[in-house]
Amino acid sequence: MNAPLRPKLKVLSNELIDKIIGEAVELLETTGVMIEGKKILEFLQELGVRTDPSRGRAYIERETVHKCLKSAPSTIKLYDREGALTATLEGDNVYFNPGSAALYILDHPSREMRKPVTADLVRLTRLTNSLKHINLQSTALISTDIPQAMSDWYRLYIGFLYCSKPMVTGIFAEESLPLMKDMLVMLRGDETRLAEKPLAIFDACPSPPLKWSALTCQSVIECARWGIPSEIISMPMAGATSPVTLAAALVQHTAENLSGVVISQLVKPGAPVIYGGSPSVLDMRKGTTPMGAIETMLLNCAYCQIGKRLGLPVHAYMGLSDAKILDSQAGLEGGMSVLLAALAGVNVVSGPGMLEFESCQSLEKLVIDDEICGMAYRLLEGVSQRDEPLATELLKDVKPDTNFLSSPHTLRWFREELYFPSIIERRTHGEWLKQGSKSLADKAAEKVEELLQKEVSPPLASDLQKGLRELALSESRTHGLDKLPLSE
Amino acid sequence: MKEMNREEDIFEKMKESLLKGDKDEAIRLAKLSLDIGINPLDSIDHGLTPGIQQVGKLWEEGEYFLPQLVIAAECMKAALKVLEPALSEKGEKRQEIGRVVIGTAEGDIHDIGKTLVATMLSANGFEIIDMGADVPIIQMVNRAIEEKADLICISALLTTTMLGQKRLIELLQEKGIRQKFKVMVGGAPVSLQWAKDIQADSYGENVIEAVSEAKRLVGA
Ligand code: B12
Repeated sequence: MNAPLRPKLKVLSNELIDKIIGEAVELLETTGVMIEGKKILEFLQELGVRTDPSRGRAYIERETVHKCLKSAPSTIKLYDREGALTATLEGDNVYFNPGSAALYILDHPSREMRKPVTADLVRLTRLTNSLKHINLQSTALISTDIPQAMSDWYRLYIGFLYCSKPMVTGIFAEESLPLMKDMLVMLRGDETRLAEKPLAIFDACPSPPLKWSALTCQSVIECARWGIPSEIISMPMAGATSPVTLAAALVQHTAENLSGVVISQLVKPGAPVIYGGSPSVLDMRKGTTPMGAIETMLLNCAYCQIGKRLGLPVHAYMGLSDAKILDSQAGLEGGMSVLLAALAGVNVVSGPGMLEFESCQSLEKLVIDDEICGMAYRLLEGVSQRDEPLATELLKDVKPDTNFLSSPHTLRWFREELYFPSIIERRTHGEWLKQGSKSLADKAAEKVEELLQKEVSPPLASDLQKGLRELALSESRTHGLDKLPLSE
Repeated sequence: MKEMNREEDIFEKMKESLLKGDKDEAIRLAKLSLDIGINPLDSIDHGLTPGIQQVGKLWEEGEYFLPQLVIAAECMKAALKVLEPALSEKGEKRQEIGRVVIGTAEGDIHDIGKTLVATMLSANGFEIIDMGADVPIIQMVNRAIEEKADLICISALLTTTMLGQKRLIELLQEKGIRQKFKVMVGGAPVSLQWAKDIQADSYGENVIEAVSEAKRLVGA
């Protein structure tokens, strides 16, 4: 029997990849990376990195890069809140999670983008918990009904109260990190278990070009210490914060990522680190950062190929659209991008649900994207050989009136061969009319409500729930909040 | 009559240098204009200003792209640098429609939008003092006082650093100098409602709105 071919997309030749890596490594040695904060620079010096404090730069030797690439793991496993294995980030495995930290939510009934509150975050989190193809959750919305200084840990807290999937998160303020770690440790039991069974990934964005802010560098360092996976989100914006040519932007992206890998590995060899990013092109007419641009998608596929050649798990921001409502653009950009991510074998895909340049989340789009992700998974399964011979036996007795609907062979295989979408329109025209002539967006809205009616399963164990709530409440008091939203 | 033609010829070429984004040519023409005794104010009013306005118009119409716009603004800056010493020698001043102190709020390093706004304001005749990103509020206020600014523009891209915009206005109030400056806010998480809530004078969603609002605020 022939094994199915997994459809794959490659956009760079190996020669070009090696050239890109070569230039990036050279840049790290000669130009170095800028590091904000004297302390961090001193710390890197202690770890053996050549630094120039007067210029705020660290220069990374070629040998160091190679050594760190060797020690960085090629597989990272993620476990859910209850400790079950959810994702194995390696090879061409693909896992989706909603794009993170949206400033707005698209309100379906009014079609308006508005500022989210805790209730929105809870709905999104519960929805994520129930969607089949969205394998991981993320701290996806900024609630505006709490003091912003507590926003980082608050999103994590809500996430684990209402969803058991592993988390993709990150920090906007250094103070948030220890508390977020405490929450993760509480959920796992102790630090060792948290390191053994990672529950959350922390995103860290270098500041293009070739710079690390103190905040994000610190995040990589602390996470490495604790064995928490870091995801390096290098985001050259071609034509603005990086050269406009895609190949040059990729060199910058590679150098930024490699510097992140080096920092994490020097802190602790073997620390889990993901080769990621959120590059884009700059729209030269409107000055915006289109995530649905075909060149943005091309950059993503390209750097993931580079990350794979370096032997690291890879991440990308894909599945997003820049549309303002759930129109054709939202569907076509989301669809193209999810499909490309799947074909490129992106291990962690952040983006479903997102609109408007990474700044808006839509529950309805998340449901539609879940459907698209399902289709993408089906595509990846490819064409399987189920029988030997393939068809000769099945076709040898055909007559003019043969149909296969009643054949046992159909009954045996149709579930494996076919993907069943839930809201994609496939009814006859008359039936569609009879049932209200609804658009996909409207059907998605109904599906959202239907899924949210159902109970969250399984709920967080009551002792952990209590502990988590107490921790959150005592912390929120330091921000002058005596009662958390939605708590009786 | 011949002189007249010559002048107009140079103004036309100045305009063209901006449209083409040719910095060396813009500098050369500025020097040439001084050499042959053209009043620098005339060069600005009839050459550079119409040139940059034309570029801005072409950009708004979708004909020109951002790099052309930004490079034209740089050409203009370079030419002005040549003309300005001659202006002050004559005791004259370029007619500017307003002085602007601009920066991104403390703790925030997003500066692309802020820089675009600064570039466009400058192209539209504002004098710009760009303090960069991650600027402490107190420094912004002090600079605005020093420079006798008309307008303070503060950008914020993070929900946390947006609070800096509020603090800036509070600080102006505390110092009793709120009426001395107009304050305009912007950035992805910022909205008209937020601007109203914190009693800012205006808000701009994008570059075009930033320019029209700035003009409105200074009565230009
Ligand atoms: C590029 C980018 C970065 C780059 C910035 C590079 C640079 N030199 O500026 C880098 C990688 C450094 C970065 C870092 C981070 N970023 Co960032 N970033 C973005 C991104 C993708 C685009 C911003 C941009 O440049 N847009 C293009 C410009 C032209 O548009 P603009 O800035 O909006 O400006 C326009 C208007 O807003 C207006 N305007 C702007 N300023 C002003 C001022 C005035 C007075 C007026 C009138 C108008 C005006 O006019 C401009 C032109 O039209 C946004 C997503 C988004 N949709 O905005 C996230 C985003 C802003 N970042 C975000 C985050 C979380 C971060 C980090 C905290 C991530 C991390 N953990 O490391 C760090 C923060 C670092 C820090 N301390 O500031 C979040 C913010 C979420 C939140 N709740 O606040 C966003 C929304 C993305 C997301 N959904 O996660 N980021």
